[in-house]
Amino acid sequence: MRILKLKKQDLFTFLESISKEPELWAPQKKGDKYIFEKVEDFSKIELQTTRTIIPPKKIMVPPVFNMFNFNESEYYEDFSHITKKILFGIHACDIHGLLTLDKLFVQEYPDPYYLKARKNTLILGLSCWPDEYCFCQSTRTHIIEEGYDLFFTNLERHFLVWIGSSQGDDLVRLVPSLFDENLTDKDIQEYILWQAEKEKAFKTEIDFITMPDLMELKYNTPFWEKVGEACLACGSCSMVCPTCNCYNVTDKTFLGKKPGKRIRYWDSCTLPEYSEVAGGENFREKKSDRLKLWYTHKLQAYVSKYGKPSCVGCGRCLVTCPVGINVKTVAKALEGEVVDAFWNRLSKEVTK
Amino acid sequence: MIVEKKTMEQINPFKPEPARIVRTYYLTEDVKFFQVRLVDMDRALSFKYKPGQFAMLSVLGVGEAPFSISSTPSRPGLLEFCIRKAGTVTNALFRLKENSLIGLRGPYGNGFPIEEMKGKDIIIVVGGLGAAPLRSVLLYCLDNRDQFSRVSVLYGARRPAEMIFREEYFALRERGDLECRLTVDRDDTGAWKERIGVVTTLFAYLNKVKPENTYSLVCGPPVMYKFVIKELIKLNIPKNQILMTLERRMKCGIGKCGHCAIDYIYTCLDGPVFTYWNVIHMRELI
Repeated sequence: MRILKLKKQDLFTFLESISKEPELWAPQKKGDKYIFEKVEDFSKIELQTTRTIIPPKKIMVPPVFNMFNFNESEYYEDFSHITKKILFGIHACDIHGLLTLDKLFVQEYPDPYYLKARKNTLILGLSCWPDEYCFCQSTRTHIIEEGYDLFFTNLERHFLVWIGSSQGDDLVRLVPSLFDENLTDKDIQEYILWQAEKEKAFKTEIDFITMPDLMELKYNTPFWEKVGEACLACGSCSMVCPTCNCYNVTDKTFLGKKPGKRIRYWDSCTLPEYSEVAGGENFREKKSDRLKLWYTHKLQAYVSKYGKPSCVGCGRCLVTCPVGINVKTVAKALEGEVVDAFWNRLSKEVTK
Repeated sequence: MIVEKKTMEQINPFKPEPARIVRTYYLTEDVKFFQVRLVDMDRALSFKYKPGQFAMLSVLGVGEAPFSISSTPSRPGLLEFCIRKAGTVTNALFRLKENSLIGLRGPYGNGFPIEEMKGKDIIIVVGGLGAAPLRSVLLYCLDNRDQFSRVSVLYGARRPAEMIFREEYFALRERGDLECRLTVDRDDTGAWKERIGVVTTLFAYLNKVKPENTYSLVCGPPVMYKFVIKELIKLNIPKNQILMTLERRMKCGIGKCGHCAIDYIYTCLDGPVFTYWNVIHMRELI
């Protein structure tokens, strides 16, 4: 894999010259948070961001999109929401998130909507620095070796640019003069130091090795009932999770008249009707049962199939859940720690 | 970027194919029989499936839902479903008249392990609408009668009017190469000549069961499984030869939408047919 050097001041020139036809999407500020958004103004691109509110899965599978149009007799596929895009500024954890989604959407019956969006999106990764909620080191997703076309490591004096695919190489060849192939010893030393410093910067650590066993052993502990009581069943954890893929499908017509559209939209297993079948039978009526599915799926079931959890350590559930139910608090509680979480405060209030 | 898979990409597995309702009539007050044929005649004849598999049916403008196929692949061309009126899609299906167009895609799911079942004794235990998926395998066994040893059916319904396909069962019994026992919880007609009682009471009629050589197929309402399995275990039928087909919410049928996930499997891909051994080792199955 080739590694090149790019001057800091040349980044926007490069991005501008490669995004003449495809849309450029990058992290931009929204309030005090960040979102992936189409770039209209290069000065709005944020280079030192924490996690975006919604992960880049929204570009591969939009929260709501039209799968088919139909008339009186037939469904016709609709791919019109898919356009050529370059996604700049995606962090290692989120690239791992996409690789996790690939496993699901591409295996057995490949999902043509996901595949087409994926194929039309170039991934330009960007290095980041952990805040107190990041734990990608624990999930081993702080390092990325595949899944990107280019990866930019943001060092003090310049970017180091990894070329991850032939399409990435093509981008570089559009403006070869901006890139320097000759890395000095000083450049290399700077990178090694940066990498070592980053390893030490993590404040949150979770033991994912023992988690599948703990999930199994503690499946019936009262803990789950307690968390279930506190859960608002709002589904936010799934909306912000880079590896949550569940969706619903519905047909929409105007006043019941055809033609219409078959719409696909994000769903969450924590929502009440998730496992309900026609006739009213609900296989997971209790919130605790639905939370168990969310957590066992990611931290146990996925491990049994792919040898690692489907959590990528982005910390979004930590900053999103209104009642403090997240991978960290659940993992710590299962390990036996008394965690400062909403459900503990809640039960204290109740028993007072 | 991921590698392009050209061949697979040309097929949209979510796209329903146009199908026509050839025939529909009521089986009970709230269960209707549908005979459906894919509009494309070549596709209709080449549509290959296994007993126990299911299809996704779409009512244009209303939505899509999974239904087990009640017909047998040994009689190609027409697909049959028996459907209970229970939700929005089924309500819309019930309103459709013969010759209406619907959407169909599939078949999905693992189906029954027909190859393993060949040469074996088959005991089919049915409760109520469980007759829908089990009819497929029963007719398959009867159409290929010499490939199977003894074939027995134990069928329980709440009352005679709720026993779907009862006339078909009476007719099948005339063949003489099938043991068929029927029972209802209560007889409100006064004309019921078969047994009265729950389905487990029919086990008394089974004699000389050779458990190692027997496959038992069970489908019915959730409450039924516990009691039926107890009887089958009493007969020493191996746990991996007790098969059941289960229901879950499904929005895709192909392992993408997530709704039918149980532990590390998807009911739509790894099921809907599971062994009792699976059930013991997987939480939330039944």
